[in-house]
Parts: sequence; structure tokens; C-alpha cells
Amino acid sequence: MNEHVDLVTAYGDTRGDGAVQLSFTLPVTSGEKARQAALILAAKMGLEEPRVVLMDPIDPTFTYFILYGRTRESLDFSSIQVHEAAYEIMAPEEINRFIRETFGRKLVVIGACIGSDAHTVGIDAIMNMKGYDMHKGLESYPEIRALNLGAQVPCETLVARAMEEKADAVLVSQVVTQKNAHLKNFTRLIEILEAEGIAERMVLIVGGPQVTLELAKELGYDAGFGRGTYPEHVASFLVQELAGRKTKRG
Amino acid sequence: MGELNLSEAEVGRAREAAARIAADTLAEIEGKTTVAVERAVLRLLGVEGVTQDGVPWSNVVVDDLLSRDLLDKGAAVWFVRARTADGGSPEDTARRMVRGEVDYGSLPRVEPEDLRGRMRSLAREGLDRIDRSRSVREERLAELGRGREPLRYLIVATGDIHEDAIQARAAARGGADIIAVIRHTAQSLLDYVPEDGSIQGVGGTIANRGNFRVMREALDEVSEELGRYIFLTNYCSGLCMPEMAVLGAQERLDVMLNDSMYGVIFRDINMVRTFIDQHFSRALLARAGMMINTGEDNYLTTSDAFEKAHTVLASQFINEQFALKSGLAPGQIGLGHAFEISPKLEDSFLFELAQAQMVRQIFADCPVKYMPPTKYMTGNIFQGNVQNALFNAVSVLTDQSVHLLGMPTEALHTPHVHDRHLSLENVDYVFRAIRHLGEDIVFRPGGRIETRASNVLDKAVDMLEEIAGMGLMQAISEAMFADIARTREGGKGLEGVVAKAGDYCNPIAELLWEERALS
Repeated sequence: MNEHVDLVTAYGDTRGDGAVQLSFTLPVTSGEKARQAALILAAKMGLEEPRVVLMDPIDPTFTYFILYGRTRESLDFSSIQVHEAAYEIMAPEEINRFIRETFGRKLVVIGACIGSDAHTVGIDAIMNMKGYDMHKGLESYPEIRALNLGAQVPCETLVARAMEEKADAVLVSQVVTQKNAHLKNFTRLIEILEAEGIAERMVLIVGGPQVTLELAKELGYDAGFGRGTYPEHVASFLVQELAGRKTKRG
Repeated sequence: MGELNLSEAEVGRAREAAARIAADTLAEIEGKTTVAVERAVLRLLGVEGVTQDGVPWSNVVVDDLLSRDLLDKGAAVWFVRARTADGGSPEDTARRMVRGEVDYGSLPRVEPEDLRGRMRSLAREGLDRIDRSRSVREERLAELGRGREPLRYLIVATGDIHEDAIQARAAARGGADIIAVIRHTAQSLLDYVPEDGSIQGVGGTIANRGNFRVMREALDEVSEELGRYIFLTNYCSGLCMPEMAVLGAQERLDVMLNDSMYGVIFRDINMVRTFIDQHFSRALLARAGMMINTGEDNYLTTSDAFEKAHTVLASQFINEQFALKSGLAPGQIGLGHAFEISPKLEDSFLFELAQAQMVRQIFADCPVKYMPPTKYMTGNIFQGNVQNALFNAVSVLTDQSVHLLGMPTEALHTPHVHDRHLSLENVDYVFRAIRHLGEDIVFRPGGRIETRASNVLDKAVDMLEEIAGMGLMQAISEAMFADIARTREGGKGLEGVVAKAGDYCNPIAELLWEERALS
């Protein structure tokens, strides 16, 4: 075996046991036939020794299952390549000092929930003074002028405001993902920014519970932040990206 | 549960300030009407249906009157005069009005007393329809009975009304007492009601008469099956607030979400427009015997639940006073609050208990609605179930009236059918296990819980007195709620606000106010 191969599989209590748990509902009446259906589905998913540990009738037409089983699949962990935003997480004071020393002026960051989305919880967590989970938002950074335009901002309004304020970065958040509403809105914003010829001038960042860096890059953004992001993560990326661009320009 | 020792004088001061705030705000809007109020009036006078292009007749007529500068007398006046002249169906009259076939300058003169009589008799028919819906609800409630408080309030949000109906039935069978259908994202910003037949939406389902009927029918069916009346909820908010009140009242919805400031603060709808629309909407909901639910939970998704708890209480006092002045009885005023405190805070459970008990005591006759954790739900669905269990415990300990069930998958996706099932199981267990624990609890005088409640009350009193001094609209423009500032001239919908002429008439409002004490 190649010594660089690092095989991993799911771990329950013994390395290599492949133990997984899963739960799902079948739109059928609870009973022995339903239990068999759940086992067959699990087997088709590739689980070995599937066990139904709970078969719970939700109502006469739906049954909820919890199952355990073993996957026979494994993978070579060393072969995985991911996009990881290459930046170092800094503390808020460090970020402010970095801005003073590198740029000698305040950075302007504009944020909004674009399109039809009214869920500001994400953008508020990053931008508002209060922040989230004891991590203060960008408004609390003395060296950042943070403008949160709030919910349901048309892409055109956001772009116009970003140009007017000479923004260094644009932050957009989308929480609603039903029927891929978030992708349409993200794409539309990029199109407008490109049409205005300013997509290159600003750091473009997207956020939301379903956002990943891969998705962000694919859509043409510089970075994407998902669940568990704190304001200083976004700010750290932002200042380092801007500093990198400044160096490139010389 | 033992009562917290709260200063009655402080509660009295808070109510007095809130009453002043509501009265001053209503005085400011008294001489104005809105396109939405006028559309609602037309609907109640029988103007239903849509044009060939799918635009509601009520919209077309009101926009036409607005463009001719005639709306200041009230849409009812012109509609009834035109109808008297042509004698056709409401829709015929509407069609002739917008085609320019009605010469407003030379309509046959109708004696003012006669005109008023005709308007009132049509208005009476409109209100009769609402009264009939109310009677049906009362009969069914008497026959079937309702669930035990805290009533279990569950949300369906599939984006397709027929799928919503399937999930709602499953939820009711699992123990839900109230079903809320989440509305299409941003419908609140549409200045018209989308026509029937639009059964789908994004992030929720279009709210219109057709979809209200589908869900009402499904819930009536399952109510019969279960021998328990299942309540139906939708939104009475946004730019069509008064029309949603009409449709909800006619189609026997039981609960509508209606907050005095939500649209202004979180949807950036103009505040003058909102207060006018709201006053009329609430009078209709009062007449229809429906319950309103206010949205104080929203403050806490933006601001911190520990630091800003008093803003929730202050808003509840304001909502209560606006509601009373619109004719709602205390039993119809479902004031909202939420378990949004950070789980990282030591004694967070004590603070939530203090808040919930305080709200329960202060608004003793109101069906207080308690909403679950959302802000600190992380994707750890197992931990989320634990957070919900603590929330459930506070709710049953403090006798909340309406309990919105928390989902373990909150913030992940619109609930799967088993998310709701797990959540109902959680509630069942906690409510059953500690059903009467409250009876055996007394609060230690001067203890942490009582002290916390008193502090929140004191801060709410200060805030309300400050607002009463400057006026509510000024307070909102100074970001006193949710740290968001809105101006009197800003926001959506201001162009639909019209100053009333001296001979303005809204026959629906007249009857509602005259008969308010009787309803």
C-alpha cells in the first residue's frame, strides 16, 4: 500500500468500524412492512448491518425512523484538496492596528441582505455593534466605517451606494435558500457589479448558512463565509486581501 | 405559580405612558386615510375579483381615484354614487369607473342622507359576512372545544399550499392547536393581494383568499377528526394589512400576526401609513373575534435579550394600548415575547423565567404568546432539542397561553415533517412532567428572579415615559427599538397616504366604531 494513503471512514468506537447514524421519514404507515422498507433503503444507501432502533408513527401516513449501520466506504484523506481562504485570524485590536498602519485611513464596508431576503440575522451578526455570541460586529471597529443597509435591498441600490461611498468591500448575506433564491440574488449582484466595471475594485464577500468558499468562488466572489463565522473572521480576511492587492499594485 | 412582587405603581405608570403614546400617535393620523384602507373598504362593499391582467379591482379603482385627486372623500362615496347611477354589479361599476365611463363631475346628485344610508346598508352587508364567520367559529368551538393551554402553535412553510395542508394535518394529529402558514417572502411589500390560483411562493406560500380556504378546509376536516378546534394563523401586516384583515375575517382565520411597529422597523414601511392601516385593521379583527399576535420576538433577534428585555416590555405596553383603542378586547391581544437569551449566560434560565412570569402577571387577561430560541440555534440539532426543553419548561411553569414550538433544525431548513414531530414529543414530555410544578413554586422576595423582573420593569417605565415625551414617531426615528432608525417621511408606502376631505366617509369604520361596545 502507498504510504501516503491515509484511509479514513466513519468512527463509532473502533477505528475502521464505519459506524453511522441516520434518521428519515417514510410516507407510509408504521408496521413490519415499513420497517423492512427502511432497512432496504439503508442497504441501498450502502449501509451494512442496518438496524432500525426507532420506528415512530408520526400520523397514519408518515413514519419516522432512526437507524444505525456501517458504511463499507472509506477514503484517502491525504488526497483531498479544498479551497481554504488563506488568511490568518486576527483579534479586533490587531485588525484596527493593521488598518491604521497599512492603509492610513478608515476602510468602508457596506453590507446588506439583497433581493427578497428579509432575514438580517447573518448580516447583523457580522456588522452590528452588538455582533454575535459576544463577538462584536464591524460597527464597533474604530478603523472601519460599517454601513448595514438591512433587509430586502435591491442589488442596484447596494451597488449605487457602494460607488457613492467608495466602498472597499461589499458584504451580502442570504439566508433563504428555497428554490435557490440565494444563488439568483448572488449572481445578479455580480452581474451588476461587472456591468458597472467595479467588481475588481472592491472585495466581494458573501455569507449565509448555506454558503461555502467553493460556492463563493464559483459565483465570482472573493470569499464566502458560512455557519460559525464571527465578525473578526470576515475582517481578518478583508484587511489581508486588501493589503495583498495594495502590494500587487505596488 | 407564586406571583412576583412587582410594583403596581410602576405598572400603572407604564400603562399610563403607553396610553398617552397611543393616543398621541392616533391623533397625528386622524385626518388621514390610505390606499390600503380604501381598498379594504371597497372589498367589504363587494368589489372582489381581478381584471383580465390579474390586478384586483379594488386596486385599480383606488389608484384611479387617487390619480384624479378624488380619494380624499373616500372610495366608498364614489363607488356608491356611481353604483346608484348605474345599478349594476359591484364589478360592473368598478369596470366603468376605471374605464373613465363615470363622469365624476356630473354624477346624479344624491341627498347626503340618502347617500349615507346607501353606504351604510352596503357596509352592513359586508360586516354581516364577517359576523357570520365569527358565529361559525364560535359554534364550532362550543361543539369541539379547544386544546389545553399553553396552546401548541406550529408553523408550516413548504411554499405550496397543498403540501402545507398535508403537513398541517400531520401536525394537528401530533398535537398542534394552532397552525401558522408562513407567507411568501416579501409579500408584505406588495401593494396588492396576488390573485387566487397562485398556490406557491418562495420561503412560504402566497396569502390570498383561495389559499386561506384550502387551509381552512383542511383544518376543519382534521378538527372534526380529532374533536378539537384547530386555529389558523396568517399575517395581517405589510402594505396590504387592512385587506388581509378583511380576507382573514371573511375566510375564518382565527389568529393574525399584527404588530404595531414591526413593518416600520423591520420592513421599512412608512410609519404614518402603518399606523393608519393598523388602526383600521385591528378594528376589523376585533369585530371578527380574532386574536392578534404581536412580534416583540423580532427585537431580540436583532438586539440582545438580556440587555434589551425592557424594550420588549415597553413594546408590549404600546401594542396593548393601540389594540384597546381599536376595540380589541384583552382576550384578543396575544402579546409576543421570546426565549432568545444567550445560552452562554449564567442563569439565563432564571432571567427567562423572570421575564415570562412578569409578562404573564402584567398582562393577566391577554393570551400571551411565547416564542422559541432561534438566534442561538447552531446546527447542533441535539443541543437545540435541549434548549427547546428549557424553553418548554418556562412556558408551562408560567402559564403562557400560546406556545410556538421550537424546531431542533431551526436555522437549517424549513422544518421537515419529523422535526415537527420531535418538537411535539419534546413539548408533550415537558408539559406533562412539570404540569403543576408552578403551583408549588414561590419566588424568594428580593431574590434573583424578582430583582431581575423589577429591573426590567423600571427600565421599561423610563423608556415609555421618554417616548411619551417625544412621541412614538420621533422615538422610532431615534432608533429606540431594535437599534434601527426610521423617519416619518421615509420607507415604503407613503405615497399611498391621503389627507381626508371634510366630507370624507368610511362607512365601514363608522359602523365598526358605533357598534364597538356591542361586539
